[in-house]
Amino acid sequence: MRALILVGGFGTRLRPLTLSRPKPLVEFCNKAVLLHQLEALRQAGVSHVVLAVSYMSEALEAAMREQEQRLGIRISMSHEKEPLGTAGPLALARDLLAEDGEPFFVLNSDVICEFPFEALARFHRHHGGEGSLVVTRVEEPAKYGVVVCEADTGRICRFVEKPRVFVSNKINAGLYIFNPGILQRIQLRPTSIEKEIFPAMAQDGQLYAMELQGFWMDIGQPKDFLTGMCMYLQALRAQHPEKLHSGPGVVGNVLVDPSAKIGANCVIGPNVTIGAGVVVEDGVRIKRCTVLEGARIRSHSWLESCIVGWSCSVGQWVRMENVTVLGEDVIVNDELYLNGANVLPHKSIAESVPEPRIIM
Amino acid sequence: MPLKAVILIGGPQKGTRFRPLSFEVPKPLFPVAGVPMVQHHIEACAKVPGMKEILLMGFYQPHEALSRFLVSAQQEFKIPIRYLQEYAALGTGGGIYHFRDQILSGGAEAFFVLNADVCSEFPLQEMLEFWQQHGDMHSFVILGTTANRTQALNYGCIVANADTQEVQHYVEKPSTFVSEIINCGIYLFTPAIFQHIGEVFQRNQQELALEESSNGWQRAEVIRLEQDVFTALAGSGKLYVYKTDGFWSQIKSAGSAIYASRLYLNQYSKSHPERLAQNKPGGPVIRGNVYIHPTASIDNTAVLGPNVSIGEGVTVGAGVRVRESIVLHGASLHDHTCVLNTIVGWDSTIGRWARVEGTPSDPNPNDPYAKIDSETLFRDGRLTPSITILGCSVTIPAEVVILNSIVLPHKELSRSYKNQIIL
Repeated sequence: MRALILVGGFGTRLRPLTLSRPKPLVEFCNKAVLLHQLEALRQAGVSHVVLAVSYMSEALEAAMREQEQRLGIRISMSHEKEPLGTAGPLALARDLLAEDGEPFFVLNSDVICEFPFEALARFHRHHGGEGSLVVTRVEEPAKYGVVVCEADTGRICRFVEKPRVFVSNKINAGLYIFNPGILQRIQLRPTSIEKEIFPAMAQDGQLYAMELQGFWMDIGQPKDFLTGMCMYLQALRAQHPEKLHSGPGVVGNVLVDPSAKIGANCVIGPNVTIGAGVVVEDGVRIKRCTVLEGARIRSHSWLESCIVGWSCSVGQWVRMENVTVLGEDVIVNDELYLNGANVLPHKSIAESVPEPRIIM
Repeated sequence: MPLKAVILIGGPQKGTRFRPLSFEVPKPLFPVAGVPMVQHHIEACAKVPGMKEILLMGFYQPHEALSRFLVSAQQEFKIPIRYLQEYAALGTGGGIYHFRDQILSGGAEAFFVLNADVCSEFPLQEMLEFWQQHGDMHSFVILGTTANRTQALNYGCIVANADTQEVQHYVEKPSTFVSEIINCGIYLFTPAIFQHIGEVFQRNQQELALEESSNGWQRAEVIRLEQDVFTALAGSGKLYVYKTDGFWSQIKSAGSAIYASRLYLNQYSKSHPERLAQNKPGGPVIRGNVYIHPTASIDNTAVLGPNVSIGEGVTVGAGVRVRESIVLHGASLHDHTCVLNTIVGWDSTIGRWARVEGTPSDPNPNDPYAKIDSETLFRDGRLTPSITILGCSVTIPAEVVILNSIVLPHKELSRSYKNQIIL
């Protein structure tokens, strides 16, 4: 089977992290986002994945060559010279996708969940329609594309993008499977699959919805990235508790790379991910944070709801909170207070940021 | 020659800018660089040869802390020290006039008058020599220092003859620029001053007699040295200014107490090196000038300073950072806390990993004549960022941040606060 991952462009919502890496390569819970998806697809029998990118990145290409070997999966890049929206890329990759006549998966690169690819394939074959998408329940559906479907069959009646009145609490989770026939509906031009293709398919009774079990998150921006991290760690606790860290000073769900070092008298967690080669010095308190590879957190600091970028150095007695995001190689001097600071890469912070703002 | 000193310590209605710290202890007893504010004055006066007696004058009711302080100060400095209580707030001149007989008793030929709420190098001996040199035994001396042009408007401004230093003009807090030389609130008087104050008193009485007010006699006795006496004496050949470049600052607000601490701690390296903490193996890290009371208990992984005073019986836990702050006696700072630009009240507790931080209001370090601003509490309807003050027995929970806030005594907080007064 094949799959197309809509990687898109610059990942501007996840800046400053995406100023240093392409978004699919940002580590989520110590593994590149894209890798979470590739591994799940591989497990579901996918042998060929197409990455639809509108920004060509050498880093991404190099990383993918590595993964091809490791996973035993073929990875092609489909490069849009102009942005083609969410449906256009399918047309661009038409030859690759329709090659074997089998249904193919399509997914947004920002989606993290307990990927149900096998169940989705079964569901799709069972109803025989042209396309199936995964829906999930959320508290605030108006932020997303909302789906109204028949309760017993899952056949979609209506598809409403960001509705202004309450229509349904099930939203499009960004995971699809389509028959190759769908490609006849899509032209090679900027097209929105949610606004142009799905409504037509729904009208024709060809679109079905399968409800997702378990957690779901669009991790395209820092605060959702952290929320998604909490959900993922919770799922990990249920399924693979041995992968989580335990020991003195560890509270709740904490994931620590084996090469990381944590000092004495720290209290880490709940909901913390510590990346490879990270050094956490003595007396540090970390809650609800992601600390990316190579960073150093110096002693007696206190961090809550932050993302610390690769190779950062956070000084002693620093307090960081409220979705502070440090880009790559940021230095935070001792004794500062950062509240909701969004710091671009290679910056040195010498003054406190008491109210949320961007530091360029 | 026999001398006396009078230290004006004010009373409860004065010093409201020092709340909530002044709820617990009269402002003159508030510790600055580890000892009560007014002890620095007493020590300077006791050093002047010929000083016979030191009189503290104010309108505080008899107060246990004040009495205890007087007893211990007498023992330490071996000089009689008495408290003269004014029956009402009589102004900077009314009190000394009322008690003139006490001041002159024992044949004092001259006496110093010092405001308690200033921090200074107290060049009293130099003022005395200056007075003796220019010959007029019935003249008076004001200690002056240089301010910058904008800030001078907040003080008493002195225009003096460049050669003789005779004061030609004096204006208290003018609205337009008069002079950069300002009044430090420290004076050297001779008994002749009472004649001039007496004239003001007579004038007051006459004016009030015309008004038919029932408490006229009390109000006649309220005399302000600056507005009522100095302004009149300027240009009469009786008033002189002795200019100093030594350190000087008013202590009106909590922020200025931290600044004054820094000035006195600096002075300790020459005057009281034994009061400054040293770096020792196995001890906490000391940066710059730090005062630690001998009964305080400091973990050896703490990092203190610069400009930190740690009071009696204070506990400082592991990995604590304190900078530009005063920690009053009995307070307890738990592990990994970070305390910056803060006054931690008596017996307060700060929980683990908490951050308690204020904003310094220091004078511009690039201007040698800049003085600390007398900050207003609110500007444009918002609380001005300033030193954080925890009143007595305040409890700060673990892991919160308290920023630019004032917490009244006996409050137990349950969350973070920023830019607020917590009642």
